[in-house]
Amino acid sequence: MTSDFLLNLAQAVTKGLLTGMVYGLMALGLSVIFGVMRVVNFAHGEMMVVGMYLAWMGFEYLEVSPLLSLPLIAAIFFAVGYGLQRSLISPFIGRPEHQQFLLLLAVAILLVNACLAIAGPDSRGVQMESQFDSYELGPLVLDAVRLHAALAAVAIALLLWLFFSRTRTGKSIRAAADNHLAALVVGLDVRRLYAFTFGVGAACVGAAGALMITIIPVTPFLAAEYTLLAFVIVIVGGLGSMTGALMGGLLIGVSEAVAGLLVQPSLKSMFSFGLLILVLLLRPQGLFGKSNS
Amino acid sequence: MSFVKRLTGDASPRILWSLGILLVLLLVAPMMLGKYWLSVLILVLYFAFVGQAWNIMMGFAGQLSLGHALYAGLGGYIAAGLYSHYGIGPWAGLFAAVAAAGVAGAIVGYLGFRFSLAGVYFALLTIAFSEFTRVAFDHWEWAGGSGGLFLKVDTTTDIVNLRGGPVLFYYVILALAAGAFVLCRALLESRLGRYWLAIREDAEAAQAVGVPVLRCKMIAIVISAALTALAGVWNAFYYNNLFPETAFAMGRSIEITLAPIIGGLGTLFGPIVGAVVLTGLGEIFTDLGEALRIPGIKQIFYGLALLVIVMYRPAGLWPWLADKLGLKERQP
Repeated sequence: MTSDFLLNLAQAVTKGLLTGMVYGLMALGLSVIFGVMRVVNFAHGEMMVVGMYLAWMGFEYLEVSPLLSLPLIAAIFFAVGYGLQRSLISPFIGRPEHQQFLLLLAVAILLVNACLAIAGPDSRGVQMESQFDSYELGPLVLDAVRLHAALAAVAIALLLWLFFSRTRTGKSIRAAADNHLAALVVGLDVRRLYAFTFGVGAACVGAAGALMITIIPVTPFLAAEYTLLAFVIVIVGGLGSMTGALMGGLLIGVSEAVAGLLVQPSLKSMFSFGLLILVLLLRPQGLFGKSNS
Repeated sequence: MSFVKRLTGDASPRILWSLGILLVLLLVAPMMLGKYWLSVLILVLYFAFVGQAWNIMMGFAGQLSLGHALYAGLGGYIAAGLYSHYGIGPWAGLFAAVAAAGVAGAIVGYLGFRFSLAGVYFALLTIAFSEFTRVAFDHWEWAGGSGGLFLKVDTTTDIVNLRGGPVLFYYVILALAAGAFVLCRALLESRLGRYWLAIREDAEAAQAVGVPVLRCKMIAIVISAALTALAGVWNAFYYNNLFPETAFAMGRSIEITLAPIIGGLGTLFGPIVGAVVLTGLGEIFTDLGEALRIPGIKQIFYGLALLVIVMYRPAGLWPWLADKLGLKERQP
């Protein structure tokens, strides 16, 4: 009885960890954008859903696996994100929060309803061949799709880390985030770097969408939920911190899976929002963020 | 008399005359308008009222709340629950509704302000409380759970229980909107109003010159929450149903913020202008959407309209409109 329960719990935690990696990648996009240009992307969940739809379309009409179409989707997201920042968002940097909020809300409304207009309100999922495959790890069973998605998410996060720590552009972006004025003084093209950052953040969330579609089907109505989820994750992990976003993703992924097992699944978001309130009040820099003071 | 004088103060006679004429027109409107236009006007007044309530917090005191659905939802649920379970009419129930929303506002405000959350962080706290409450109501039997709470539809006019047709609800929301307008004007002209503006512009400087910042912010959120709860009560009895999924939804919170932001934050006429423009656009786009038969097309037009407004009139429509009309609303 108890060993059965423990096994179920371990199974739920594993499942949560795997989903949590994809959550983490999604939140990473939000965190990078905020950390560098101090703009809260209220259209983040909507971008995620667009990524899911693109991967679904690739699978449905071109028979390309989401894992293969991922690089192309990420590239498209990078280009669109870059353009979006250059054209729409750039003038709003440093403006009052409610104006940024309204701008990105308008973008969010456009994105999600474009999905609705093109793909309709029905839920769309991909049925891959590996759908029912699984790996056994001792007594634990790992879904193949979930494991592949999680590994891909970790690989992308690693690439991102290499980009920010090793490349010249990555280092310049971090410099601009640390000290905007000094970055201008030493001659960095901050406007271009900001656009680049938004592109990178968008590519993260687009890639996360392509991975997520292999785990759950998509509807336009998921968008608002993902926006909130991404907020919860980055605040809990620490807004602007890369490790924070990933750890926050794992934490929320596990808590959702465990809440689904122990109490009613519909109560799972109550835990997330309760945690969000506690972290905001007691540790606003996040569980893994550095204190400013 | 001195109160009236203070209220009208330095307002130009042109504005006072226009307001008087507008009020008379609104009072006789139900006799002139058909069912459809009356329902549109009701929506306009609802958004003007609830926008005015939100504006007290954001426009006057500078605190961004994206969780006002919490107060509207609590207000509506409590008044509707008292009526459907115990037969307690909304005029008595609204005291409980306003009290509960005021307490909720005080809790959110105290925690947020005491722990000095500002800007986006404070906004996220308000969202978190609203979402938390949504899930709680999903599982609360008394409030009907996720299945919703329903009031018996009854269109025979019964003012005591706020049952009746659209005309009754029209006059109630008109009184609320007009009352909130006068209240906001009085608040802005008061010492408290000046304190709020000082806090909005620079909280640290206000604190330094002796403004009781925490107390003033608390008063702002409690007044704002209480007024929003009234809107919630009205909403519940007008539509006769409540679901946690919609009553506490983030979408509900967002729609409350739109009219004042679009109209002009911190101005008295902003929420009204915003409500007229947004409701008008909403109706036009609904018709257009029905003609085009594409799902989501209405919202696409709506999103485009918001985009254009925020890009070209980021400070809102009213300050620009007032300038064009030669009516300068004093920007303190």
